[in-house]
Amino acid sequence: MATTYRTCPSSGLQFENNAEKLMRWHAVAGVLWLLVGGITALLVILTRWPAIKLLPADEFYLILTAHGIDMIILWILHFEMAVLFFASSTLLRCRLATPKLAWLGFWLMVIGGIVCNVAIFQGGSSVMFTSYVPMQAAPHFYLGIILVAVGALIGTGIFFATLVVAKKDKTYQGSLPLVTFGAMTAAIIATFTILSGAAILIPTFFWSMGWIKEIDAQLYRMVWWGLGHSSQQINVAAHVSIWYLTAAVVFGAKPLSEKVSRFAFLLYILFLQLASAHHLLSDPGMSSEWKVLNTSYFMYFAVMASMIHGFTVPGAIEAAQRKKGYTNGLFEWLRKAPWGNPAFSGMFISLVGFGFLGGISGVVLGTEQINMLMHNTFYVPGHFHTTVVVGTTLAFMSITYILVPTLFRREMILPKLCQIQPYLYGISMSVLGLVMMGAGTLGVSRRHWDMAFSGAPFQYEWPGAAYLMMGLTGVFGVIAVVGGGLWILLVVGSLLFGKKLNGGKVSDKPTPIPLDTTAASATAHTDKDDHVAVPGTVVLALLLLVTFVLYYFVNWKYLSEVWLLS
Amino acid sequence: MAENDDDDVPFMQKLLDNNFLLLFLGVASPGLLYILWGIIDIMNVPLAK
Repeated sequence: MATTYRTCPSSGLQFENNAEKLMRWHAVAGVLWLLVGGITALLVILTRWPAIKLLPADEFYLILTAHGIDMIILWILHFEMAVLFFASSTLLRCRLATPKLAWLGFWLMVIGGIVCNVAIFQGGSSVMFTSYVPMQAAPHFYLGIILVAVGALIGTGIFFATLVVAKKDKTYQGSLPLVTFGAMTAAIIATFTILSGAAILIPTFFWSMGWIKEIDAQLYRMVWWGLGHSSQQINVAAHVSIWYLTAAVVFGAKPLSEKVSRFAFLLYILFLQLASAHHLLSDPGMSSEWKVLNTSYFMYFAVMASMIHGFTVPGAIEAAQRKKGYTNGLFEWLRKAPWGNPAFSGMFISLVGFGFLGGISGVVLGTEQINMLMHNTFYVPGHFHTTVVVGTTLAFMSITYILVPTLFRREMILPKLCQIQPYLYGISMSVLGLVMMGAGTLGVSRRHWDMAFSGAPFQYEWPGAAYLMMGLTGVFGVIAVVGGGLWILLVVGSLLFGKKLNGGKVSDKPTPIPLDTTAASATAHTDKDDHVAVPGTVVLALLLLVTFVLYYFVNWKYLSEVWLLS
Repeated sequence: MAENDDDDVPFMQKLLDNNFLLLFLGVASPGLLYILWGIIDIMNVPLAK
C-alpha cells in the first residue's frame, strides 16, 4: 500500500502518513476524554470536601463512575495507542501495519467510550469503575467497555505487526531501541489485561441481558482485577518508556546499561500483573498462599524493576550532564538541568512522585498485614493518584510539549504558562495524593460520599485531622484541576492558534536517521565507552531506600498499636 | 558466518529479542499464577449447606 514519510526538520523523527494521522486522532480523543474526566474530577472533589458536599449521593456515584472510566480507561488508553504507534512506526522508521484495521480499532474505541458514557449519564449504571457484581449496570455500559477493549486489542496487535514489518524491512539493526522495547512491554501487559477484561465483562454483559443467571462475585473480583489493576501496569511500562524517551530527547542521554534496563522490563513482563492480587487481600475466597506469593513475593520482582528504572533514568541524565561538564559536587548536573523546559520538569516530577509516593505506598498496600490498615480506605485512591496521575498522566503531559511541535507542527502558545503547568499540576497532585493517603490512614472510607455518615443511627467520632486532610484534599484537588485544565488549554490553544511550523520533506520511502537529532538520540544504543560514574543518583536512590524503609516500618509499628494482642 | 554470529548471541539477548516469546510469557505468567490458581482457589471454597 502506497504511503509517504514526513521527516520533521527539527527532530529528525519520521512520521509515516497513516501512523501520523492515527497518533493525532488518538491524542485528540484522549485529550477530550481528559476534559470530561477533569470536569467530573472537580465535582467529585467538591462533594468529598466535607465543608462543601456539593452533590447528593446518587449524583455523586454517577459522576464518580464517569470520572473513573473516562480517566483510567479512555484518556489513558487513547494516549497509549498513540504511544504504541509512535514507538513502533515512528522510532523504527517503517510503515504502520494494516492501517485500515487501525482505524477500525480507533473508531471502536471512540464508539465504545461514547456508548459507555451514555449508559453512565442515563443514570442506571452508577456502579463505579470496578462495577462489582451483583451491582448491575445497563447492558450498554459493559458493551461500551468491551468495544473499547476490542479496539485497544486491535491497536496492540498492530503494534506487534509493525515490529514484524520493521524487522522484515530491516529498518533497525540489532535489538529494538529501549523506548520501543518498553512500549512492547506495555503492549504485552495490555494483551493480558484486555483478555482478562474480555473473560469477565463479556459474561457480565450476557448477565445484564438476562442470558446468564448469575456471575460469581468472587470470581468476578478476581478476574476483573486482572483488567483493573493490570491496566495501570500498562501505564507504568508506557510512562517509564516516556521517561527514557524524554531523557534521550532533552539531554541526549543513553541508558546507563541497556542490559539492566531490558532485564527490568522483562521483570515487568513476568511479574507486574500479579500485583492485581493486592486488591483481594481481604477477600475470604482466596487462599493465603495465593495472596502472599502473588503480592509479597512475586510483586517484589516488579518493584525491583521499578527501582531499577527509577535509578537508571536519572542516572542516564546525570551521565549525560556530567559529559557536558556539569561535574561539580553531587548535584550540579541536577541544578543545571533545564527546569524551564516543561518536557523535562514534568517528566522529573513524574519520576520522583511515582517513586517516592506511588512506589512506596504501593509496596505498603501490597503487604498483606499492613494492607489491613488502609484496605479500601481513601488511601487507595491516594496511592493510585500518585501512580496513575503523577506518574502516567504527568509523563504523558510532559511528552506532549515535544509532540505538539513535531507531530502536530504547531508551536506551543504562551510559553511562560507552559513552564508553570507541570509544577502546578505535578506538585498539587502529589500533595493531593499525600493528604488522601493521610485521610485513608485515619480510616476515611474509599468511596462513601459523606464521611460524617450524616443521619446514621450510630455516629463515628473522627479525629480533627481526618477532616483537615479531607479539606486539604479539596483545596489541592481544585488546584490540580486548574493545572490539568491549563494543560488542555495550552494544547488545544496551540493546535488551533499556535504558529504553524515547517512540516519537513516528504518521501515515498523511509530515509536513514539523521545524525545528532532527537530521532538519533531516541533510538541510540549504549556503547561500552559511555560509562560515567553517577554518584548523585546513588545518593538519590539511597534517599528513596531510607524513606521506604522508615515508612514501611512505621506502618508495622502502627499495625502493632491497632492490633492489640494480649 | 551468519550462523556463527547467531551462536555468539547470549541466551538472555536471544530471549529479549524474541518479541513473540515475550508476549507468550507475559500472558502465561499471570494467566497461570494469578488467574488459573485464583480459579482453583475459588473452586475449592466449600459450598454453604
